[in-house]
Amino acid sequence: MEYILEMKNITKEFPGVKALDKVDFEVKDGEILGLVGENGAGKSTLIKIIGGIHIPSKGEIYVGGKKVVFNSPNDAFSKGISIVHQELNLCPNLTVAENVFLGMENLGEGRNNFLKTVDMKKLEEAAQNLLNRIGAQFSPNTLVRELSTAQQQMVEICKALARNPKMILMDEPTSSLSIEEVERLMKIIKELKKQGISIVFVSHRIEEVVGICDRVIILRDGKRVGTLEKDEIEENKIIKYMVGRDVELFPKHVERKKGELILEVKNLKWQKMVKDVSFKLHRGEILGFAGLVGAGRSETMQLIFGINKLENGEMFYKGHPYNPESPYDAIKNGIALIPEDRKLQGLILQMSVKDNIVIPSLRRIAKSGFVLDEIKEREIAKEFVNKLQVRTPSIYHIANNLSGGNQQKVVLAKWLVSKSDVLIFDEPTRGIDVASKAEIHKLMEELAAQGYGVIMISSELPEILNLSDRIIVMFEGKVMVELDNSKRNITQEEIMYYASGKKQLVNP
Amino acid sequence: MSKQNRAFRELGPLVALIALGVFTAILNPRFLSIYNLQTLGKQAAIFGIMAIGETFVIMSGGGSIDLSPGSMVALIGIVSTYMIVHGIPVFIAILVSLGLSILIGLWHGFFVNKLKVPAFIITLGTLTIARGMAAVITKGWPIVGLPKNFVMIAQGDVVGFPIPVIILFTVLLITHFVLEKTVYGKHLRATGGNEVAARFSGVKVEKVRYIAFVVSAFLSGLVGIIVAARLSQGQPGVGGTYELYAIASAVIGGTSLSGGEGSALGAVIGAGIISLLWNALVMLNVSTYWHNVIIGAVIVIAVTLDILRKKSLARSK
Repeated sequence: MEYILEMKNITKEFPGVKALDKVDFEVKDGEILGLVGENGAGKSTLIKIIGGIHIPSKGEIYVGGKKVVFNSPNDAFSKGISIVHQELNLCPNLTVAENVFLGMENLGEGRNNFLKTVDMKKLEEAAQNLLNRIGAQFSPNTLVRELSTAQQQMVEICKALARNPKMILMDEPTSSLSIEEVERLMKIIKELKKQGISIVFVSHRIEEVVGICDRVIILRDGKRVGTLEKDEIEENKIIKYMVGRDVELFPKHVERKKGELILEVKNLKWQKMVKDVSFKLHRGEILGFAGLVGAGRSETMQLIFGINKLENGEMFYKGHPYNPESPYDAIKNGIALIPEDRKLQGLILQMSVKDNIVIPSLRRIAKSGFVLDEIKEREIAKEFVNKLQVRTPSIYHIANNLSGGNQQKVVLAKWLVSKSDVLIFDEPTRGIDVASKAEIHKLMEELAAQGYGVIMISSELPEILNLSDRIIVMFEGKVMVELDNSKRNITQEEIMYYASGKKQLVNP
Repeated sequence: MSKQNRAFRELGPLVALIALGVFTAILNPRFLSIYNLQTLGKQAAIFGIMAIGETFVIMSGGGSIDLSPGSMVALIGIVSTYMIVHGIPVFIAILVSLGLSILIGLWHGFFVNKLKVPAFIITLGTLTIARGMAAVITKGWPIVGLPKNFVMIAQGDVVGFPIPVIILFTVLLITHFVLEKTVYGKHLRATGGNEVAARFSGVKVEKVRYIAFVVSAFLSGLVGIIVAARLSQGQPGVGGTYELYAIASAVIGGTSLSGGEGSALGAVIGAGIISLLWNALVMLNVSTYWHNVIIGAVIVIAVTLDILRKKSLARSK
């Protein structure tokens, strides 16, 4: 058979849950296979079984037609299966070459033990060859900590290639890449396919799956619910299989009334990241910020939120000069940031949903300003969990155990409790499943309609185009253009054009 | 659920404490004599008060730890007794000494918050400087001739309860309330749990840490006064390695070294276990040469067991 990897009847049970239920999975020689599914569909469990981290409760695995048992990550490795994990696992203090050949410093010749000397020259040459294979532009003796996320991912791919794999599985490889970087990754994937390596592409971003895959397997609730061949692959079909019903990704646009001016910033400057940014925000609108990663969008918002101190320029909030010393100041004034990295910046993971929701408002809720009022906290948390339909067993559940979409709702809830007027969303739906994504979009539209001033940074163009009333495109710390999108008539091409730093749109 | 979890966390150490007590009492009934229980109580008070302060610092996260308590005990003991023998009223001397403790706490907070010096280093500095200063002030000699109303602080009792034990319970009540019932307690947990998210939520992370270091230094100073009163003299050499018992007590009591988790009650139970162990070894006629070996082994075993227990709890979820 032409299957590189074939898995039959895989069942995996954890105490209390069946993560996978009789799933068949097969990878053909030289294909790009898409594996999609919502959070909790069983994707990660399947990936962990392929990688030898989990052992299936039932079922068989065949590699090249021969039955195998994967007991450890090394077993998978030695059978030619490499995995590039979503969280990159590199040592930042070592060079590219050292990382690529970590654990195989002998370059596969003879035994590799502690007493062996390492020939750095040979290592770097070998690393250079691998970098060339995927068209990477950096030197093998660069320290990994100096590389961007996209470059680090290339190092991971080289690390996989160094083991001479027949198949590489990439788990959510695009989740932290900019549009340009995604395009480069797609090129690399196609190039690897040409070199005869099968790729399993696991992603939330359906448009990418549609763009690149030869075949798509869809999981839902631990079962394989669908398979689409090349000519059947369509976004709607994938979503339908994933969710089990039709989902409207973006709410129907309802005309909103633009309210009073609430925030105005002029000529903001901060280090080299923000060079010259001016814009106005009104109540009742969604102002979208598009641009490549590193265009200075997040940094601009961090100035408004008081994380970094303004070096030059002015801000006016509700008509008064405004210059926050700290997030505390910004929050007191009613400006809230729903940050890009929920787990790192948005939530205190081991605290309960309730504690996370009330934390910015504790002082206001507390009796005489410092004694906690459990009852009131509970009521408020319950109210907002219901309002935003946060799916959690109880408000005492710890935030870490919620899905990405529900975590995002918790972050949003805490700012609604704290009575904000301006909501700044930084990549509001990154890493969130389709159904929750649609819910968050709907919430954002509702909040704007209620008179909040909403700013949204997003690298997902469909999100920008469908939700924003006005769009600001930034490039290298400057505002390139401000586009009126009240008729929802701006196109992806226009945005991409400005986002790459070009000034005038000659002939769209 | 977090609540049940927190109550449960102290249960393990508490059971160990009681078991150890029962075990010792069976092997040597003299363990239950009033005199012995009073001695034990005083020792537990000394470790317990320090462990509470240490808990505040460790909970504030970011690798925070306070290595200075042992030396603070020596320095503040010397400073207070020096003032008293030079004619300053006891009450004033105590206030000034505690004031000095607070200043040292602020000093730690300043280096950690503003200059970003690791807490380990700046408090290690105090560990040697404070002990050195104690020796400088006295030229190495003990300060003797303390009035009765000063030594009463450690040697007196109220209906059989030694005053240090009463101080311990007062401190425990206040700090338990602060940690469990106030905004500060919540902010301390948040800061230790995820500093960035806490800052993004408007928590004044630096202020939170300042207060943690001040609490620890203040409580160490308080212990310094108790110890001087107990010995009836200011001793520049006293309190060596106390900081390690304070840290161990906090950890045995459920404080996570990575911050964000811990309780005052747990710290006191942890201190109780260590003090009881000392006492039991004496009661059971174990050669003093073995004491340190056994205490060290028990600390390692207790903390390892606790980590294993937490792991299995997490897995069964």
